[in-house]
Amino acid sequence: MLQIISVHLENKPGALLRVTGLLSARGYNIESLTVARTLDPELSRMTIVCDIEDRLRAQVIKQMNKLVNVLQATDLTDAPAVNRELLLLRVRSPQESRTAVLKEAEIFGARVVDSSVDGFALEVTGDPEKLDEFIGVMRSYGEIEVSRSGVVGVSLEGKKLKLQPPVLTRAAAKLEEVDGVLNG
Amino acid sequence: MNGAQILLECLVREEVDCFFGYPGGVTLPLYDALYDHPIKHVLVRHEENACFAAEGYARATGKVGVCCATSGPGATNLVTGLVDSMMDSIPIVAITGQVSTKLIGSDAFQEADTFGITRACTKHNYLVKTLAELPKIVHEAFYIASSGRPGPVLIDIPKDVFQATGHYTPVDTIHLPGYKVFTEGHAGQIRRAAQMIWEAERPFVYAGGGVIASGADGELRELVEMVDMPAVCTLMGLGALPSNHPNFVSMPGMHGSYAANMGISNCDLLIALGVRFDDRVTGRLAAFAPNARVIHVDIDPAEIAKNRIPDIPIVGDVKRVLQKLNRNLGEMKGEHGSRNTAPRAAWRQQVRDWAKEHPYDKSRSETEIKPQHLISEIDRLSAGEAIVTTDVGQHQMWTAQLVRFNHPRLWINSGGLGAMGFGLPAAIGAQFARPDKLVFAIVGDGGFQMSIPELGTIASNGLPIKIIVMNNGHLGMVRQWQELFYNNRLSSVRLDCFPDAEKLAGAYGFKGRTIEKPSELADALDIAIKEPGPYLLNVKVTQFENVYPMVPSGGAINEMVLGPPVPVAV
Ligand SMILES: Cc1ncc(C[n+]2csc(CCOP(=O)(O)OP(=O)(O)O)c2C)c(N)n1
Repeated sequence: MLQIISVHLENKPGALLRVTGLLSARGYNIESLTVARTLDPELSRMTIVCDIEDRLRAQVIKQMNKLVNVLQATDLTDAPAVNRELLLLRVRSPQESRTAVLKEAEIFGARVVDSSVDGFALEVTGDPEKLDEFIGVMRSYGEIEVSRSGVVGVSLEGKKLKLQPPVLTRAAAKLEEVDGVLNG
Repeated sequence: MNGAQILLECLVREEVDCFFGYPGGVTLPLYDALYDHPIKHVLVRHEENACFAAEGYARATGKVGVCCATSGPGATNLVTGLVDSMMDSIPIVAITGQVSTKLIGSDAFQEADTFGITRACTKHNYLVKTLAELPKIVHEAFYIASSGRPGPVLIDIPKDVFQATGHYTPVDTIHLPGYKVFTEGHAGQIRRAAQMIWEAERPFVYAGGGVIASGADGELRELVEMVDMPAVCTLMGLGALPSNHPNFVSMPGMHGSYAANMGISNCDLLIALGVRFDDRVTGRLAAFAPNARVIHVDIDPAEIAKNRIPDIPIVGDVKRVLQKLNRNLGEMKGEHGSRNTAPRAAWRQQVRDWAKEHPYDKSRSETEIKPQHLISEIDRLSAGEAIVTTDVGQHQMWTAQLVRFNHPRLWINSGGLGAMGFGLPAAIGAQFARPDKLVFAIVGDGGFQMSIPELGTIASNGLPIKIIVMNNGHLGMVRQWQELFYNNRLSSVRLDCFPDAEKLAGAYGFKGRTIEKPSELADALDIAIKEPGPYLLNVKVTQFENVYPMVPSGGAINEMVLGPPVPVAV
């Protein structure tokens, strides 16, 4: 079964590779990956879909949590969460089926983002299964081309992100110690 | 000040007194700043050895070891050492030069993607892009390397950052919002652990490198004595409990002692402290401590339940946790302490009997120097007090078995990675860290030939290291496996050319000698340690000796092969 992992990480060079490196080092193939800034521009949220053996899931998440740039990695697979994906699809449809295509698009809540004599470009969001279905349906009308964004997920549990407090450098800690001794 | 001087200022503030490295084009500004700087730079003969030496320094002191290399080939040469320190959780800060920022990505001369290459073999790494961020990064690197589960951190610094001018503004705080260090341990879990210990009839301690990293040797000793239970130290943990301690039962695992492996296999409670249930210790995991409940204390949450699911997991610094555990045990002692005294005493006796029944082989021969004889003699001279580094192979296992260590940080070896070529440079780092100490580097004739260039570093610094080559004419450990598992088809393991030790050492300006008679051994070692400078003693030992006990890989640890098959008469 595919796992959905949500990772909250610092928006720093290399941070993304560190996370994905943990997966590739273990021979896991990433099915999809999205990453973008959060409200705080110094942080990013990443959603990874990956096929990890059940018994190693917790281990992989722990390893992600150990990374210096990672604030929190959570397994959304079985947790209360909403997962969505965006699909852009181009379908070549002959004149006679244009209306049917539009009808079908409406059923799936897809928007037309481009229309030409050859056919349409459609945009639709939903969970991955819904998008699979939509692709299946559109295929029956003609040649298609698709581009999927990969899943983005958000946990429905209101867990507060715990940030680690600053610590003193060695030299500063030493100074403080000396101060402590001097001032009793 | 320029970037190089600012870097050195940061190192001073991190209390670095010496570091190991090798210069090159992009680190020229750094070496220029070092020219009249109080920090000592030790010029090694290969960057891999700079990292190994820094590890030797760190392992001998607990302080962060520092190494330095130039861009490109210098940086790639560090990689083995970085992986080694990652595997053994050794605090290292590695500084590499990089081509100037505007050249990065242009395939410039000696450019390599050091940041990318070392991502997987460091605890964390940095590419510095401006001088302004340099001090913060350096202090962060030291903090990350030495806190939590220690490990290597690499800082890649472009040449123009070294050259840029600026000021050092003191950095007082480090803010790493995602870097979690768990030290305290859960009070409730610790209390439950104390209860479980007093409930046990056959408790057994399995102590590892984490005990040494956290400086918990005193607490370990208190624990073992309070409950009067037997304890093993892993290859990484030797010295955590003094080898001459009555409760110490040597090392467990593939070449561990009979008593250690039987103890683990038969205990009803395994107290695992700063260990990672490594496959060389556990053998077949399903058969490891099959009847035991497990208490596992480790500072790294990812180690808990990685290989064995514990009954009581405790995430925390072993020292802090043991302080609390001991307090709890003490408080409960009145009520529970006497509960299982009889079975516990019988268990102690049982383990002692196992140790007596099958001690390590220390046999000697009249005609040849057996490896075990050589190592026992070094043990006699060290008496648990010398620093002993080894390389990797049979000699490493015999040393771990037969040499006593009365304190932590005396025993220095490449445990997790098993990197040949480690022993000699690690001894260099250890001797710099502890000039007061007698340092033996026990190496195989294979591994020694990987580190011969470092004889130059030893000679030019007059380091009084006693290099003992256990020369069996083979890549002994591989030969042993070929003999036992590949029908003795010895393929590419014969080392039939070894330099004349006297001439080799002589060429570097110090003394060396080769011996092969058992009668010469004691004297030759005495002469070596009395020599004020370095000494190279090449000891020709029995060629086809095997290390026992041995748990064949994939076997259960109580299914040890105790010795060579006894020939059966037909
Ligand atoms: C860098 C490296 N290459 C290869 C090995 C595989 N290996 C493990 S032990 C060993 C033999 C070591 O021979 P030697 O140094 O003579 O020591 P001995 O086993 O004879 O004591 C080898 C080749 C290794 N551990 N490290």
